[in-house]
Amino acid sequence: MILAVIVGLAIGTYAFRLAGVILRERVALPDRVQVLLPMAAAALLAALAATATFYDSGVFAGVARPTGVAVGAVLAWRRAPFVVVVVAAAATAALLRLAGVA
Amino acid sequence: MTVGSILGDRSLVRDVGALGLAVFAVSISFGAIAVAAGIRPGLTILMSLVVFAGGSQFLAVGLIAAGNPFAAIFAGLLLNARHLPFGLAIGEVIGTRWWQRLVGAHLLIDESVAFALAQPDPARRRRAYWATGCTLFVLWNIGAALGVLLGNVGDPSRLGLDAAFPAGLFALLLPTLRDPTIRLVALTGALVALITTPILPAGLPVLLALTGLLMVALRRRTRSEKSS
Repeated sequence: MILAVIVGLAIGTYAFRLAGVILRERVALPDRVQVLLPMAAAALLAALAATATFYDSGVFAGVARPTGVAVGAVLAWRRAPFVVVVVAAAATAALLRLAGVA
Repeated sequence: MTVGSILGDRSLVRDVGALGLAVFAVSISFGAIAVAAGIRPGLTILMSLVVFAGGSQFLAVGLIAAGNPFAAIFAGLLLNARHLPFGLAIGEVIGTRWWQRLVGAHLLIDESVAFALAQPDPARRRRAYWATGCTLFVLWNIGAALGVLLGNVGDPSRLGLDAAFPAGLFALLLPTLRDPTIRLVALTGALVALITTPILPAGLPVLLALTGLLMVALRRRTRSEKSS
């Protein structure tokens, strides 16, 4: 039963992945549509970042996480190295939780 | 593309490594949670290997534990539908040989797309895509196996790792967001996703972010009105 779920999920997910990759090559898209594709990816990634900042399984994630992300975002904007951004975001959230902020 | 050319790119190795460590810790907790939910160790590791999409794996484990295994397939696939537009956007980056497409498609994850898009030229995009995909695939699966073995080692959010992923994504997106049209599209999409998350099933809000593309049409129209 669980094996069936895993196989079903795996086949479907791989189909989504491969379909996009192959469609890109097979279908001749007009230039007007082609310029939209990287924008679509940017919109999806921005939405992932935004929802992962504020929500945990559909409910508000608390204060510590968005604060950590905000610290990371400001550092990124000030052109701090990527490693610094990621570590600072995690450290801020961890320290806030240690101090009792959810 | 060779291993040497990837290792020669010090900043890429360091950046992928930083996000990789966060992913590694999350995958350990995935392994532990899945086994605690009653999924056999072998199946837990199998799921990590063949699904390789963290969000849908956690969701599936939760729904299986709740006694709703078929909902796990549908909810997981809804969450993973975003990979199709991702593939459309960066299909060229992966490569042109058939084995590159078949293997590369499995390495299509949020992080490999984000790292690829953040690079300035096609050669670096390809390198970043494969380096990120391969590194995270290895770490994700070793982590899941470790989690299965170790059991509950604590919540990764105690280390603040839940803040690392969105902050990393934002940093990778920033160069792309300098373009005013892309910025408008991305911010609109993010806003739509944020507003709809509390009311829609997981996965749909992120897909709805594609409505941000409507801003391009809106912008074109106002521009042509101005010029006429």
